[in-house]
Amino acid sequence: METLYAICVGAMTTGGVFLVLRGYTFAVVLGLTLLSYAVNLFLFASGRLVVNGAVILGESDNYADPLPQALVLTAIVIGFAMTAFALILALRARSDLGNDQVDGKTQIYDELPNKARNARQAGDD
Amino acid sequence: MTAIFRNETLFMTLLWIPLLPLLGTLVPLLVYRFGRRVTLALTAMPPAVSLVLVLSLMPGVFNGEVFRWQMEWIPQIGLSLAFHLDGLGLLFSLLILGIGLLVLLYARYYLSERDHMGRFYAYLILFMTAMLGVVLSDNLLQLWLFWELTSISSFLLISFWSQKTEARKGARMALTITGAGGLCLLAAFILIGEACGTYSLREVLASGDLLRNSAAYPVIIILFLLGAFTKSAQFPFHFWLPHAMAAPTPVSSYLHSATMVKAGVFLLARFYPVLSGTDLWFAIVSVVGLATLLLGAYTALFKHDLKGLLAYSTISHLGLITLLFGLDTELAAIAAVFHIINHAVFKASLFMAAGIIDHESGSRDMRQLNGLMKYMPYTATLAMVAAASMAGVPLLNGFLSKEMLFAETLHQSTLGSLSWLIPVLATLGGALAVAYSLRFIHDVFFNGEPVNLPRKPHEPPRYMRVPVEILVVICLLVGIIPDITVGRLLDAAAGAVLQAPLPDFSLAVWHGFNMPLLMSLVAVVGGSILYINRRHLFDFQGQFADIDAKHEFEKCVQWLTAAAGRLQQLIDNGRLQRYITWLVMLSLAVAGWPLLQLDSAAGSRAEMPLELPVLIGGALLLIGTVTTVIFSHLRLLALVMISIVGLIVAIAFAYFSAPDLALTQLSVEVATIILFLLALYFLPQKTPLKESTTQRIVRDLGIASAVGAVIGTLCYAMLTRPLASISDFFIANSKTGGGGTNVVNVILVDFRGFDTMGEITVLGIAALGIYKLLAGMRLYIPRADQDGQSWSKDKNPLMLALVSQSLLPLALLVSAYIFLRGHNMPGGGFIAGLITAIALVQQYVAHGVAWMKERLNLHYHALIATGLLLAVLSGLGSWLFGRPFLTTWFDHFHLPLIGEFELASAMVFDFGVYLTVIGATLLILANLGQLTTSERPKAGEG
Repeated sequence: METLYAICVGAMTTGGVFLVLRGYTFAVVLGLTLLSYAVNLFLFASGRLVVNGAVILGESDNYADPLPQALVLTAIVIGFAMTAFALILALRARSDLGNDQVDGKTQIYDELPNKARNARQAGDD
Repeated sequence: MTAIFRNETLFMTLLWIPLLPLLGTLVPLLVYRFGRRVTLALTAMPPAVSLVLVLSLMPGVFNGEVFRWQMEWIPQIGLSLAFHLDGLGLLFSLLILGIGLLVLLYARYYLSERDHMGRFYAYLILFMTAMLGVVLSDNLLQLWLFWELTSISSFLLISFWSQKTEARKGARMALTITGAGGLCLLAAFILIGEACGTYSLREVLASGDLLRNSAAYPVIIILFLLGAFTKSAQFPFHFWLPHAMAAPTPVSSYLHSATMVKAGVFLLARFYPVLSGTDLWFAIVSVVGLATLLLGAYTALFKHDLKGLLAYSTISHLGLITLLFGLDTELAAIAAVFHIINHAVFKASLFMAAGIIDHESGSRDMRQLNGLMKYMPYTATLAMVAAASMAGVPLLNGFLSKEMLFAETLHQSTLGSLSWLIPVLATLGGALAVAYSLRFIHDVFFNGEPVNLPRKPHEPPRYMRVPVEILVVICLLVGIIPDITVGRLLDAAAGAVLQAPLPDFSLAVWHGFNMPLLMSLVAVVGGSILYINRRHLFDFQGQFADIDAKHEFEKCVQWLTAAAGRLQQLIDNGRLQRYITWLVMLSLAVAGWPLLQLDSAAGSRAEMPLELPVLIGGALLLIGTVTTVIFSHLRLLALVMISIVGLIVAIAFAYFSAPDLALTQLSVEVATIILFLLALYFLPQKTPLKESTTQRIVRDLGIASAVGAVIGTLCYAMLTRPLASISDFFIANSKTGGGGTNVVNVILVDFRGFDTMGEITVLGIAALGIYKLLAGMRLYIPRADQDGQSWSKDKNPLMLALVSQSLLPLALLVSAYIFLRGHNMPGGGFIAGLITAIALVQQYVAHGVAWMKERLNLHYHALIATGLLLAVLSGLGSWLFGRPFLTTWFDHFHLPLIGEFELASAMVFDFGVYLTVIGATLLILANLGQLTTSERPKAGEG
C-alpha cells in the first residue's frame, strides 16, 4: 500500500511540475493545484499510513498521528487561498496585458490563425 | 618619559569635541546669506571651541591620562557610543581642528562669488566631524561609521564643482575605491570583534596575542590592510588620489594631503600594537610602502600640473609613512608618527600656496608658470621653504623625519638577505623627492618669464596668506627646535601607538657625521643631478603612452556592469518559466543529494497489504493526474480530470483515518472548482496546441519526472521507516489541557493556536489582495465559447434554484453542527466555514448576484476583520487570568433539560476562524462571480 501511495505522490508531483513549467497561466495554476495535492499527501505521510486508526480520544489505542493532520488541514486552506490568488493574478494579467501567457508575451499568440484569434477575442465589454 | 599610565576618566567633555562640529555643520547653511565674513566667523566657532577643549585636555594626555566617555547604543551587536582621547587621538585631533580652521580661513578667499560658500563649509565641517569621529572612537563599529562618513563627505567635496566632468568622475572613483576599502575594513573589524569577543578598541588593543594567534589572523590582516591602503592611496590603489585633485584646492589641502588620506596610516598606527609583529605584516606593509614611495616620487617628477605633482608627492610620502610602519623596529613607528605631523604641515601649506598661484595667475601648468618670484615674492618664499621641507633640507621638519627613516632602514632584516635594498631604495626615493621639489621651486618661481598666463600674477589678499605663514613657521620651528615644539606631543602619540614604554631616542637636529646624514647628502646631490638632467628623463618617460587612470577605471566599471548584466540575464531574464526551472532544479539538488547517501529506499517498517478499493482509488488518481496533464490544453476537460484527483485525495484522507482532512479537502475542492470555472469563463478555453517546442516538452518532462521520482522515493522512504512522533504529548494532554477529544482540532485551536491565527491572517490577506486585483479589472466577456456556440440563455436554471434554496437551511444546520462538535468530534471552524461559504456560493450560482444582494448584503471585509479580531481577543482573554496567550479555558456546565455541556474559550477562537474562512472564501468567489454580470464594479471602485 505504501508503494502505491508513494507512486501516486510522485506522479502528482511530476504532473504538477510539468504543468507549472508551461507557458500559459491556466496550466500553471492547474499545476500548482496538482502540486498542492501532492504536498499535502506528502506531509500527511509523515504521520505514516494508519487504517482504521483512532481519531477521537478513547476510541482505541491505535491513534492516527494528529499533528500532521492539523498541519495539513491548514495547508489545504492556505493552498486554496494561494491557488485563488494565482488564478486571479492570471485573470488580471489577461486583462492588463491582453493575453494569457506567463510572461505576457504575445509571439506564440500571434502565430495562431486569424480565425481562431478572432474567435477568442470575440465578445464585447 | 618611561611609561604610559592609563588613568581612565569618564569625561563628558570628550563627547563635545566631535559633537560641536556635527552641530556646526548646520551653521554655514543657516548663515551664509549674511555674507562671507559672518559665515566664516560663525562657522569657525564650533571647531574653535572643540580645539580649545582638546587643548585643555592636552596636559592630562601628556601626563599619560586616557580620557574616556561611553554610552550604550545597540548593545546586542556590541555597538556603543564610545570616545577616548590618548596621545595618538590628541595628535590627530590637533591636526584636524588646527589645519581645518586654517583651511576655513583660506577657503573664504579661495572660493569665488559664484560658489555656494554655505554648502562648501557645511561639507567641510561634516568631514571634520567624521574625521574626529575616526580618531576618537573607542568602538570599532562606531569608528567604521565615521570612516565611511569621511568617504562620503570626501565624495561631496571632490564633486563640489559638479558641473565639471572630471570632478564628477574623480569623486565617483574616490568613493568607489575608498568605499570598497571601507567594506573590507568592516569585515576586518567584525572578524577582530569575533576573535576578541569585543568591539571595544581599548579591550582589542589589550588582546594582541589573542588576535595574532587566531586562525583568522591572515584574513584579518589582508582585509584590514585593504581598508587602510585604499584610504591612504597606497599602490596599487593610489590612482584615485590624483583624480581627487579636481576638488577645490582647500579640499586637496585639507582632505587629500593633511587628514583624510592619513586615516589609513592612522589605522596602521592604531592597530600597530595588536596586528603588527608578524612576518606577514612586515612583509606586506614594507613592500607596499616602498613601492608607493618610489612610484609616487617618480611620477611626481613628470607632472606638469602643480596639484598633480603635489598629489603624487603625497602618495609618495604616504608610502614613506607606511614603509616606516612596516619596519621591524619601535623607532620606525615613532618616526612614522613624526612624519605624519611633518607631512601634514608642509604639504597643507604647499597645496595652499599652489592654490594661491592658481588663483592669482589663472594656471597650474608648470610649463606656463615661470619666474613668479618677481610677481609674488612673499608667497614664493613661503612655498620654497615648504618645498625645501618636502625635499628634506636640514633645519626644516621634513629633514628630521626623513633622517629617522634613513636611520631605521639601515638595520633591517624584514626582507631577509634582500634587506640591503631598503636603504638603497629609500635613498633613491629621497633623491626623487629632492628632484621634484627642485622642479616645484625652480620651474615655478625662476626659470625665465611666464608663458601665456591668463592674467598677470600678483600677491594674494593678506589673509589668504596667513594660513600658509602659520604652517611654514611651524615647519621652521619644528625643524630647528624639535624637542621643545613637538617633543611631548610626539612622546604621547608614539606611546599610544606602541602601547609600551618608549625606547630612547633624541629629536636633536645634529647627530654628528653618520650614515643617515651621508644618505641625505647622496639624496640631495643625486636629486639635483636628476633635476639638471631632467630633459633626458622626460624624453625617456615620453616613450611610454600615458595611462589615464580615469579612463581605465571607467572601462573597468563599465565592463563590470556589463558582466553583472549578463550574469543577471542568465538567471533573471524576466521569464517565469526560467525562474521556475531554476527553482525546481535547486530543490531537486537539495532533495536528491541526501537520497544518494541513503543505502536503500525501503526501511524497516513493514508494508500494509494492498486492498482492492485502494488499488482502484490509486488507479483513478493516476489516471486523473495523467489525463489532467495530457488534456491540459482542453481546459474544461482538464478541470474535470483534476477534480477527480481532488476527490480521490479526499477519500484517501478519509481512508487513512483523517476525517477532518477529508471534510476540509472535500469542501475546498468544491470552492476550487467553482473558482476555476469562473476564471475559465474569462480565459481562452483552449491552449493552442503548439504551445511549446518538442524539445522543450521533452526537457520539462525530464525535469518533472526527476522531481517526481525524488519526491516519490522520499515519500516511500519516509513511509517505510518507524515513526517517532511528538504527538504522544498532544494525545495525552488534549482532554486534560485543551478540553477536547478531537486532538486535531485541539492542536489547531489550542496547542498550535498561534500558528492557526497566522494562517487565517494569511487567508484574510490573500482574500484582500484578490479583492484589490479584481477592482477595476476589465475583461472581455465572451458571448460564445470557442466553437461559436452561444451561452445558454437560461441564466439561473429553475431546478437548481429550487433545490439549492431548500438545501440552504440544511447546509447551514450541518455547518453549525460541524462547528459545535468540532472540539470533540471531526469538524471545527475551518470545515464549518467552508461548508457555510459553499452553501452561500451555491445560492449565488443558482440565483445570481443581484438576487443575493437583495437578500443578503454581507460585508465580507468586515467578516474577515471580525473573525481575526475574535481570534486575537480570545487569545488575549487568557492574559486576564494571568495565563500565556491563547491558553484555553474550559468548564462543564449543567443546564436543566439540555443536560451537561462544555464551554471552552477555544470555541470563541474557532468561531473567529469560522468567520474568517467564510469572509475570505466569499470575498474571492462572490467578487469574481460578480464580474460575469452587469453588476461588475466599474474601474476605480474599491
